[in-house]
Amino acid sequence: MSQKILMRFLRMITLMFGLSILTFWLLHLSPIDPVNAYAVSDTSMSQEQLEKLKEYWGVDKSPVKQYFSWAGALLRGDFGVSKLYRTPVINIIKSRAMTSFVLMGTAWLLSGVLGYILGAVAAMKRGKLLDRFIKWYSYILVSIPTFLLALILLLVFAVWLGIFPIGLTKPIGLANADVTLADRLRHFILPALTLSLLGVANIAMHTREKMIDILNTEYVTFARARGETSWQIFKNHGFRNSIIPAISIQFAYFSELFGGSVLAEQVFAYPGLGITLTNAGLKGDLPLLLGIILIASLFVFIGNFIADILNTIIDPRMKRGDIRC
Amino acid sequence: MRIAVQPLLKVENLSIGFSQYFRGTQKRVIHPISNLNVDINEGEIVAVLGASGSGKSLLAHAILGILPTNAIYSGSMIYRGVELTKKRKEELRGREISFIPQSVNYLDPLMPVGKQVQIGLDKQSAQERQKMLFAHYGLKESDGKLYPHELSGGMLRRALFATSVREGVKLVIADEPTPGIHPKALKEILKQLRQFAKEGAGVMLITHDIMSAIEIANRVAVIKDGQTMEISAASAFSGTGEQLKTEYARRLWRALPQNDFECQELRWEA
Repeated sequence: MSQKILMRFLRMITLMFGLSILTFWLLHLSPIDPVNAYAVSDTSMSQEQLEKLKEYWGVDKSPVKQYFSWAGALLRGDFGVSKLYRTPVINIIKSRAMTSFVLMGTAWLLSGVLGYILGAVAAMKRGKLLDRFIKWYSYILVSIPTFLLALILLLVFAVWLGIFPIGLTKPIGLANADVTLADRLRHFILPALTLSLLGVANIAMHTREKMIDILNTEYVTFARARGETSWQIFKNHGFRNSIIPAISIQFAYFSELFGGSVLAEQVFAYPGLGITLTNAGLKGDLPLLLGIILIASLFVFIGNFIADILNTIIDPRMKRGDIRC
Repeated sequence: MRIAVQPLLKVENLSIGFSQYFRGTQKRVIHPISNLNVDINEGEIVAVLGASGSGKSLLAHAILGILPTNAIYSGSMIYRGVELTKKRKEELRGREISFIPQSVNYLDPLMPVGKQVQIGLDKQSAQERQKMLFAHYGLKESDGKLYPHELSGGMLRRALFATSVREGVKLVIADEPTPGIHPKALKEILKQLRQFAKEGAGVMLITHDIMSAIEIANRVAVIKDGQTMEISAASAFSGTGEQLKTEYARRLWRALPQNDFECQELRWEA
């Protein structure tokens, strides 16, 4: 078991190494010149100043040299300094991560619970109107791109109905101290809703399939022969046999959740990690981009790792048996 | 006596069909069971005897109303004088009608065995009752906490058997409860089936084992290809089978090694 975990972590480290090289290389190939991107906002800079900036940032050195100086610093725990914000990358990530993780966490929980319930209900009522409704709802949702759904929600709830604000985490022009929890909540609902709605489809369809399989097993046939009602069958057998796969699917969903949050934050101008990532990419802020990518991959890795653990260890059929790597 | 006049369960002209697709789009209906008749009186054990694939298990599933949804069936099933409708089956199963399934896959793989035996028992006494049943069938108390994959096939069969023992059971349908079971436990199970009958319940023992069928059954129904060939008293299965009504039953009986096994009649060469 411990060997398995160790192998997993080794894979994690090599993955991060590969990812950082790939990111570095892609950004090197991209036509974005960080100095130019930065100077757009300040046209008064002279050629000399630009040259100085280049030297200061170290972008005049070869990409291999740049990579090694970055990686060397990282090994000492230093993520580097953001070119855009002029502050250490780790501080930016710390201040933005909370916003994103609350958003993603809420969406994760909501979509998990709601999706599981919808999927289970659809399976129990298979072929009925309710099942068809849930199926179509899920199909439509999985085919809608995140940004489109975000825009539709924005149009309906913020523009037409005016119930929710169009973006940001707090009202414009208010000092942090004056912002109430209700304000934050009002700004939080639309982005969280966007992410939750999208996550529902995935888990609902998966749970529906799993539950239909369970309902077709011999042990459910026997349960019926013993006079168990539909509710008892769900309570005694359906839930027990479907909840672990459902939770593990939901953990494996972390990657799409992060991807979704990048898009949703963009549409709602919600200042979390996602929007910072986009900015860093567009402005060629390499240290910041790499920092966020590493954090995101760690996040996705942890999700997959938990999913893996749930699938192999929590199942009582594995508990007392031998666990193979 | 009225009891003798009216059987506990009377199955008449039962026919079960499945619609299925073949060659892609053409739909056809296959009939694994057609024209099946069987009846059971109170306090009687009737063995339903037939080869694999003869439709024995389907008969059990039809009586319990647990056939797959694509099954269509016709014919009549009269239980205690009243037609067994879908609704009535749902009310009776697990209460008056008990089922002992064929395979250990009928147990939930993620639920401890003891808990599965407790399902359907009166909540307050369920645990105690389950422990009593386990002791009765030679299972340890600690076995109740184990999951199905942690018990042997024979132990699981005994646990399955324990699920059928209920207050007020009037009809027990046992679908091949015996294979793979320890001789001592087998004896216990046959004894329990007899006990059901002694207490006035009707027992339908579905099996392909002629010897255990005639050992405990009052009557034997021989099934072939989903049809009842004959129903005879268990005592007719003796000697050369001259008391049996059909050639098929006689051949079946004589095919046993101890009964002058005649392979010519079975036409191995054909």
